[in-house]
Amino acid sequence: MSEPVYLDYAATTPVDARVLEAMLPYLREDFGNPSSVHVFGRRAEKALEQARRTVAEVLQCAPAEVYFTGCGSEADNLAVRGLAFTARAARGADHLITTPIEHEAVLATVHQLRDHFGFDVTEVPVDAAGRVSAADVERALRPTTALVAVMLANNEIGTVQPIAEIAAVCAARGVPVHTDAVQAASQLDVDVRHLGVTTLALGAHKFYGPKGVGALYVRAGTRLLPAQTGGGQERGLRAGTHNVAYIVGLAEALRLTAAERAAHNARFRAWRERLIEAVLTTIPDSRLTGHRSERLPNHASFVFHGVNGNDLLMHLDLAGIAASSGSACKTGDPRPSGVLLALGLAPEWALGSLRVTVGRGTTDAHLDQLLAALPGLVHKLRAEQWAPGA
Amino acid sequence: MSGGVDSSVAAALLVRQGYDVVGLMLRLWGEPVADGGVHNRCCSPDSMAQARRVAEQLAIPFYAIDAQAPFKARVVDFFVDGYAAGLTPNPCLECNRQIRWDFLLKKALSLEAAYLATGHYARVRSTADGDYQLLKAVDDHKDQSYVLSVMGQAQLRHALFPIGGYTKGEVRALAREFGLPVAERPESQDLCFLADNDYRRFLGEHAAAALRPGPILSADGRVVGQHQGLPLYTVGQRKGLGLTGPEPLYVLGLRPELNALVVGTAAELGEDRLTAGRVHWIGRAPDGPRPAEVKIRYKAPPAPATVTPLPEARAEVVFERRLRDITPGQAAVFYEGDVCLGGGLIERRSP
Repeated sequence: MSEPVYLDYAATTPVDARVLEAMLPYLREDFGNPSSVHVFGRRAEKALEQARRTVAEVLQCAPAEVYFTGCGSEADNLAVRGLAFTARAARGADHLITTPIEHEAVLATVHQLRDHFGFDVTEVPVDAAGRVSAADVERALRPTTALVAVMLANNEIGTVQPIAEIAAVCAARGVPVHTDAVQAASQLDVDVRHLGVTTLALGAHKFYGPKGVGALYVRAGTRLLPAQTGGGQERGLRAGTHNVAYIVGLAEALRLTAAERAAHNARFRAWRERLIEAVLTTIPDSRLTGHRSERLPNHASFVFHGVNGNDLLMHLDLAGIAASSGSACKTGDPRPSGVLLALGLAPEWALGSLRVTVGRGTTDAHLDQLLAALPGLVHKLRAEQWAPGA
Repeated sequence: MSGGVDSSVAAALLVRQGYDVVGLMLRLWGEPVADGGVHNRCCSPDSMAQARRVAEQLAIPFYAIDAQAPFKARVVDFFVDGYAAGLTPNPCLECNRQIRWDFLLKKALSLEAAYLATGHYARVRSTADGDYQLLKAVDDHKDQSYVLSVMGQAQLRHALFPIGGYTKGEVRALAREFGLPVAERPESQDLCFLADNDYRRFLGEHAAAALRPGPILSADGRVVGQHQGLPLYTVGQRKGLGLTGPEPLYVLGLRPELNALVVGTAAELGEDRLTAGRVHWIGRAPDGPRPAEVKIRYKAPPAPATVTPLPEARAEVVFERRLRDITPGQAAVFYEGDVCLGGGLIERRSP
């Protein structure tokens, strides 16, 4: 088999060679602990603080507003749990607002706060394209609302949310807003002055950085209860020895992504449009999921009526094409994705999902290969639905 | 692939023989359990992780195939309905008929596979006239042809049983040679989809109507006691009847239409014949009576008999000697030496 084609950049991305180069010295000669007094510690601390400044430049915030974490999910956890507990301690606020299409890192945290810590939760509905309206968020606000958590762009359906509008209505009522920008940061502007959010989560591996490192923007003056306690690193918000090489990698990856964003996005958008056009015209009973235009430039997601999404992925994989599904599941226990159900899709549609996400390594030939295989596969799988005893 | 030694060695042998191998694991329905997951011994998270490791070691792709809905509809419901009808059903046979050698085989063929291989102890042979035969395994103690007797030509032509020519000891040795895990699922009669191996509790929850107490009758119709629900008893059973008498009493049969259990003495126990339904011949069906060795349970020894085909896919089996535990719902599987000829499901005797 020829080299497999990777069309799953929303799942993760390869580390950019320049990022890896930037990281290597901090795994070798400059291996010090930034908390140490000696010269090794000082070199590491210098790299750490340079990384913080680099991230702050992209986010257009102060370096002191950037906190490094172990991953994007951890940043989400720190923000949601930290804001919720602080708001309850400070003003008795026990109400959380979120959406049914948040990443599990936010949704499961909110559900834990509801089920084990007595918070009341409102999930603001989304429309058929997966958009949350600022007016709906505003209507859900209460004097006791501790936080609003809405993701910047959805991983499964690519829909981009009107975060600036949502943040504006919340700011008027003094309610903090968290946004999960983990999926968005590879392509969207993450300028926190424009977004107006209180906290914003990033994960490096989605933008050509290493896995296992994330960051959280926390607007100055915001108090968070730390989720992980210990040695007081990250100004007490995130205990644990700094993973300096990975933090350097995150910063370099984010810097490069921001600098090259426009050029990459133009290519991604052209591929996305070609994919959407080709799939919807060549495959009957297919639908785009998510918003037609307000979506990530690299993201095309579909549902095919009466097709088992896991079977489709398996066939694509054996044909040398790596893609994903909303209900991607290695254990063969497919459940219709909660995100797709929240759009109002019936299960017989939602189970047949396919997500194709392009990236820096994509070529026209990769898309040719996918588009040559996909219509026939969907047709074949529909024809082969199992009827017992046949 | 189950993660166990048999299917792992089967996969390794195929890789060594130069086949282009794809690993598949069936995700079967299991009872919901307290932690919010489901239980099925055949595809627990541990066994799935183990199977995945084996596939990684063999450098083959590996996929879990969702068969929960078909397995529930075709195997679990068959099991429940069988007990409710006064039978002692064999769900493993039905799983092979409907899930492994139909649902899964079709998935494999859809992937353009030429064969579906499993870690069963059995053999396939093609004959000079182009037919396929199912043979017992070389290792008689491990032979699984009984549960594979539901296969036909359309399945056998695509079937490979790579370990059927080896003994269990040789398979273990091969596992060590290949550096594969030698762990195996506990070998038991327990059913893979039960959370706790307690089929009585399971039936109480899924077929409560079939678990009503009722009379225990003697062969001549006298009430001699009370039973706790027909599915809890099987033909030939002596223990657990709660009866005292001058002679030991055995279950002679179940009468679901009366919700009654019929018991009798050892002398009354046993039959020399049975009828089977859903009879299936792997090769050509015989035109008339033919001699065969017949197994009436998975672990029963083959018993010499004459099998006479009847209309509507039925057959009468007359044994040379009386058998004590002919159990309606179990399969009667016909052999000629090592060759499995086919089989059917033992019917209830007319009252």
